[in-house]
Amino acid sequence: MTTQDTGTIMSSPAGAAALGPLDACGAQPIILDVRGLSTEFVMKRGTVRAVRDVSFTVREGEVLAIVGESGSGKSVAALSAMRLLQSPGRVAAGEVVYRGKDLLSLSAREMRDIRGNHISMIFQEPMTSLNPVFTIEDQLTESIRTHLKLDKKAATARAIEMLRLVGIPSPEKRVKDYPHQMSGGMRQRVMTAMALSCEPDLLIADEPTTALDVTIQAQILALLADLRKKFGMAVILITHDLGVVAESADRVVVMYCGQVVEEACAADLFEQPLHPYTLGLLESIPGMDETESDEPLYMIRGMVPNPLNLPTGCAFAPRCDYRTEQCVREMPPLVERADGRKLRCFVDVTDTAPTPVAGEVAE
Amino acid sequence: MTQPLISVRNLSKHFTMDRDLLGRTTSVLKAVDDLSFDIYPGETFGLVGESGCGKTTVGKLLVDLYTPTAGEILYNGEDLARLKPKERRRYCRDIQLIFQDPYASLNPRMTVDDIISEPIRVNRLQPPEKIDDRVGYLLNAVGLSANYRNRFPHEFSGGQRQRIGIARALAMEPKLIVCDEPVSALDVSIQAQVLNLLDDLSEEFGLTYLFIAHGLNVVKHISDRVGVMYLGKLVELAPKRELYRNPLHPYTKALLSAIPVTNPALRTERILLEGDVTSPIDPKPGCRFASRCYAKGECLGCDCDVEMPPLAEVSPEHFVACYLHPGV
Amino acid sequence: MSEWNQSSVDEVPTMGSESQKADETLATGIVLPDGEIPGDDYDETLYEKPENQWLEMWRSLRANRAALVSLIFIILLVLVAVAGPYITPYNPIETEMSNALKPPSAEHWFGTDQLGMDIFSRVIAGTRVSLTVGLLAVSIALTTGIVLGAIAGYAGGWVDTIIMRVMDMMLAIPSILLAITLMAALGKGIDKAVIAIGLVSIPEYARIVRGNILSIKENDYIAAAHVVGLSDARIIFRHVLPNALSVIIVRATLGISSAILDTAALGFLGLGVQPPQPEWGDMLGRARGFIFQAPHTLLYPGMAITATVLAFNLLGDGLRDALDPRARIK
Repeated sequence: MTTQDTGTIMSSPAGAAALGPLDACGAQPIILDVRGLSTEFVMKRGTVRAVRDVSFTVREGEVLAIVGESGSGKSVAALSAMRLLQSPGRVAAGEVVYRGKDLLSLSAREMRDIRGNHISMIFQEPMTSLNPVFTIEDQLTESIRTHLKLDKKAATARAIEMLRLVGIPSPEKRVKDYPHQMSGGMRQRVMTAMALSCEPDLLIADEPTTALDVTIQAQILALLADLRKKFGMAVILITHDLGVVAESADRVVVMYCGQVVEEACAADLFEQPLHPYTLGLLESIPGMDETESDEPLYMIRGMVPNPLNLPTGCAFAPRCDYRTEQCVREMPPLVERADGRKLRCFVDVTDTAPTPVAGEVAE
Repeated sequence: MTQPLISVRNLSKHFTMDRDLLGRTTSVLKAVDDLSFDIYPGETFGLVGESGCGKTTVGKLLVDLYTPTAGEILYNGEDLARLKPKERRRYCRDIQLIFQDPYASLNPRMTVDDIISEPIRVNRLQPPEKIDDRVGYLLNAVGLSANYRNRFPHEFSGGQRQRIGIARALAMEPKLIVCDEPVSALDVSIQAQVLNLLDDLSEEFGLTYLFIAHGLNVVKHISDRVGVMYLGKLVELAPKRELYRNPLHPYTKALLSAIPVTNPALRTERILLEGDVTSPIDPKPGCRFASRCYAKGECLGCDCDVEMPPLAEVSPEHFVACYLHPGV
Repeated sequence: MSEWNQSSVDEVPTMGSESQKADETLATGIVLPDGEIPGDDYDETLYEKPENQWLEMWRSLRANRAALVSLIFIILLVLVAVAGPYITPYNPIETEMSNALKPPSAEHWFGTDQLGMDIFSRVIAGTRVSLTVGLLAVSIALTTGIVLGAIAGYAGGWVDTIIMRVMDMMLAIPSILLAITLMAALGKGIDKAVIAIGLVSIPEYARIVRGNILSIKENDYIAAAHVVGLSDARIIFRHVLPNALSVIIVRATLGISSAILDTAALGFLGLGVQPPQPEWGDMLGRARGFIFQAPHTLLYPGMAITATVLAFNLLGDGLRDALDPRARIK
């Protein structure tokens, strides 16, 4: 799939189907089971419930995308699962079951054994995730030696292998570089190499391409797909970019205000989103599959509510074009449908016409 | 044949990276190199490129935050550099800038009212008694309540701050607004709101925009013509429909194909570029894209490594800088 | 090109306003949407009410007990300094040799020194000197430092280089030595001491201000100020400096304590106040020989210096914490 000499096209047939050895959505064994996770931040001003009763599963070898904007709680949920939360955040309830063990109840030492080794994470800002005063070699071998117990020489050899694997040219030379000597795309690759050096089962990628240029983003996503095929690992892809999700994900969980509002196979989701938020999100993204019209872009009115003052009833209701009386009064439960999809909504959008909320100024 | 509102001719901006002991420049960052294009009144000109391509520098050159190293910026036929101070001030008023980062572009110590009214007061655009009303009017124009005027920037969300920035730009009654990636720092659902707002305002106030973005998807909706930049040079320029339907330059094609697509039926082979964006420091002669160009093999008798292809018109209003295309 | 001075109702473009409710109209005919604006409710609690930053600062300071105590102490000091001569039980410069070196007692709370002067009165009188010198010296250093630092930071280039190299040269010499050298040139006396200490403190303010300005300059809102046509002077005073204010205030507070220490040091060396004027450092200097016989002659002036310097330091620290931009909920 990749070619080594410059000047030739690397092309990958795009589409989720090309990304993994498994095409069926939702058929593999579950490796991570998050149940009823709730996380809160206790502050002077009040308690912010960043994650409210969130449940999802990750199956072997699949790519699960968690989609949401700021305030949706997606990153916090992942950090909670990895027990990387910093005070004043704390997990208030729930279980995170990884291969039969509840991660939230493990000792710190057992957790350290899991992190990096079985479950790994890459972050959004490659510059701040890499320690600027250590060489790439130092940082890569540290993780390798901690978990795989190799000696220095073997660890370095493995590090160079990983760098080659993630597509860094002349890895034997680059391994001695410092982070600031590399570009954003390269640093993200290094981070990926670090995360994969111990061949984890599960990789959590928190907005891995947001800070990168479009063409570099394409490269990184192709890389992730390639590595997934090679290692057969599962990926939790946290992002706000539905385009990235469309190209890379097998299943999608949509979060809004700390709750799961929709869950479905990616293909199904994009063909027919069921939750008004997902619907609105898809339609309002500029430049995506648009037919060329001069109409204004569809936009979701209003803004994400204040986490300290969440509305009673459905959190999305104030902005929703499909809302009913019931939506404002009651919180819709997350319901699993017959076709396996999950939805938190009282309204059937395929059957109702939207009534744009009247008399409002956006935001 | 309408006259362009603003024209850029052979514009260059070089930054000295290193000097030798005698003060001679040994290393140069060519942020913008020999750039030429026109912007016509009332249009939205989209300028797209990735990091390091110089698009932000172009924006800053137009609003006089940077001084050109070479070339001309012609406004109403007159070169900016040769304008007398009074005319220059007039020029600067007519061209305004909206910044990318809503969290850094507003003075945290000033109220919204101060931020918007200060330009009006200092430039004496309204008699003092009318300024209050004016501020209220502008706030409404960008979709905010005038009741917000006594609040501080930190009390607003990113999208709202961006609107305040837009109101400030409008306060100057400009003819051209340079929008420097105004939506990249915003949440996806807010991006559409701000883009629609900009669209409405351009109609309402007869504005011309230079819309700078790093992705072709963002400018697709709002632009009339789109230019693609790579490492300080303009590599392609065409009306919107033409560019998206028929991209000619290999880089443009790569950019377009990098945009993620949600509808599986519309997906095509993706072009993945090898390596990273090269550096604008001390660029080698010849086409800047040559080292990453995947189409070089198809070009017979091309000297791209040695000679810089000029930007030439290969079909009506469609310009490209690549030897692959006849006419260049 | 549309008219910029439109004021008719129809031309106010508000987003998606299909129905404006009953609105209030201004005299000019501009309509302000009345009633609900979604997002308005949320704003009330999401973001704090428009509040004075100084009020915020005060609140935070109040919560810091050490700083609060220090503030009260300093206020007391100021009162003592002002009231000075009126509250001293004895004349601070009146000697009475027969009463020399008496330990603390009911008549002389702090005892007497080698010349029979009441130490308590002298400590009180010395407060005025120390505070005055401290404040004056810092004022001189601050104003000069701010101006130099602002020019250097804003202008950049060779102006910056020249100013900062001069500052560097001054900083290369320990400040107290520099002060002594200046005093040698200026002569003895408390007024000369003020000038010397003031001059010597300029570089650190210039540096702080310059550093702050350099980072503030990078912000987009400064560029925005240029783009809307504001003059450089206006930008410096209206946009840059106010944002540097918090750092300056903290530094100045800490600077007062340094100045007081420097004053005491000069006095200790006999270079500041002239006898028999009371000054804490001078008192310490003269009492050096009596440390074993009559420790109280050293103890009380020493404590006065320590307590005052400590108070200003704690207050400065408290201010710094209070003025720190704190994270707000997004």
